[in-house]
Amino acid sequence: MDAYLAAIAIIALIYMLLSLGLTLQYGLTGLINFGHVGFFAIGAYTSALLSLQGVPLALSIPAAAVTAGIAAWPIGLISLRLRDDYFAIVTLGFSETVRLVITSEKWLTNGVQGIPGIPRLFESISVGIGAQLAVMGVLLVVTLAAIYAMRRIVASPFGRVIEAIRDNEEALQALGKDPARFKIQVLILGSALAGIAGAFYAHYITYIVPDQFIPLVTFYVWMAIIIGGVGRVSGAVVGTGLLMLFLEGSRFLRDIVPGVSEVEMASLRIGVVGLLLVLFTIYRPQGLMGDFTKR
Amino acid sequence: MSLQVSNISKAFGGFQALSGVSLEVPTGALVGLIGPNGAGKSTLFSVISGFMPPDEGSISFDGRSLDGLSPAERARSGLVRTFQVPREFAHLTVRENMMAAAPDQTGESLVGLFFRPGKVREEEQRLAEEVAEVIRFLRLERVADQPAGKLSGGQKKLVELGRALLVKPRLILLDEPFAGVNPVLIGEIMERIRELNGRGIGFLVIEHDLEALTRLAPHLYVMDQGRILTQGAPDAVLADARVREAYLGGAV
Repeated sequence: MDAYLAAIAIIALIYMLLSLGLTLQYGLTGLINFGHVGFFAIGAYTSALLSLQGVPLALSIPAAAVTAGIAAWPIGLISLRLRDDYFAIVTLGFSETVRLVITSEKWLTNGVQGIPGIPRLFESISVGIGAQLAVMGVLLVVTLAAIYAMRRIVASPFGRVIEAIRDNEEALQALGKDPARFKIQVLILGSALAGIAGAFYAHYITYIVPDQFIPLVTFYVWMAIIIGGVGRVSGAVVGTGLLMLFLEGSRFLRDIVPGVSEVEMASLRIGVVGLLLVLFTIYRPQGLMGDFTKR
Repeated sequence: MSLQVSNISKAFGGFQALSGVSLEVPTGALVGLIGPNGAGKSTLFSVISGFMPPDEGSISFDGRSLDGLSPAERARSGLVRTFQVPREFAHLTVRENMMAAAPDQTGESLVGLFFRPGKVREEEQRLAEEVAEVIRFLRLERVADQPAGKLSGGQKKLVELGRALLVKPRLILLDEPFAGVNPVLIGEIMERIRELNGRGIGFLVIEHDLEALTRLAPHLYVMDQGRILTQGAPDAVLADARVREAYLGGAV
């Protein structure tokens, strides 16, 4: 049971990194990124492949962040020329392209077979609760560092400008500022966070296949920040925590609710999340932690 | 001559929104631009401020051509516009709206933010004082820490004016500063514009409301159907039969 709870906590922390990245991009800057999972995948494969070549994880994980960040750069350039809704479609297309490339380029990624035997963090500690707690500790430190950085950004002149972009981009241009520069930086930063999350995911699960990187992952992250409250760092944290509790907790629901098979339960779960989203948009559009307004 | 607009034309499909519009705003002057709805005033503003490229014609500001410059570049050169429908940063407070407008902030770069925190703090302090001054001047103290989206129409117009001031402009293009504003506040806004003009900031003001603008601007341009109809002192302009016809549809 302890191991199971630790596993949930680790996955929740990984999703929290993803949520923080999306909060920066959508919540603070207004960029509708529907391709978050693409950068997660790039991070996972980068760190997995490097570590299998013998690169220490202390280098391969930062490399995952850098690769995902660099991948975001051309997407950022595109975003400057597109309306918000088109940008959403482009990013969704990007993440699916990433998944298809991973699936087809067998020489590098082993295709649908995936990459097994990815080194764990703390190989020296034998598999068990001790190793899990160590991973959890590292992830906790990384997540706290990300939260700290985000809070610094929100309270800064940079944060003011990106929130101004979200509220009215043209007005900001009329005041002599170039939204482009800021949007690219935000995309790169958020994607680098997703890349780090992907690296931790790969080294924790130790076996990655393209099917783990479907758009549903992106939309889980969206659900988390909508429930928690977009545009607030605390919203990302609380929303992810609640979503994970629900997704995992509902597994046990099956023992109580009679006559529901495993497969039906999976669909039911997504159905309930969908219902929650609808209810939130109607009754509490600002999310649990409140809306964009800092107050 | 501060702003020189020469022979600007702009068509949308078959509709000629502007045809051969020329106007001038001398340095530090307060010039009005009136005309009925659909005369092309706002289109002209969009062209001057760089949000819309003209089909023909050129614009220069303080002797420098603005042609081909982005809206942001034009604003940085000292020519700042406001919008007819206020475009406040709704979720930022009035104070933050204005602080966001100030140019060249170290804390706007991530490197500066994380590696030069001392300089950022010092700049923020100085900027906060400057903004407090502008807020006092515009009599916005009471709402200074409210989200700008919650203000009244007139207060939003003042926030836009305040933001423009933070850019340290030499000429402000005001798009209908009195539209949807209550009469008391109209008087206030007018007073602020006069004061700023007294400090040497030039204004080009679009207004649909003839009466308000004739009280404010000593020199008027009149537009109708994409052309400049006439220009001159308010009394002379209002006495012009063509102007009355444009406004009243020939009922005079």
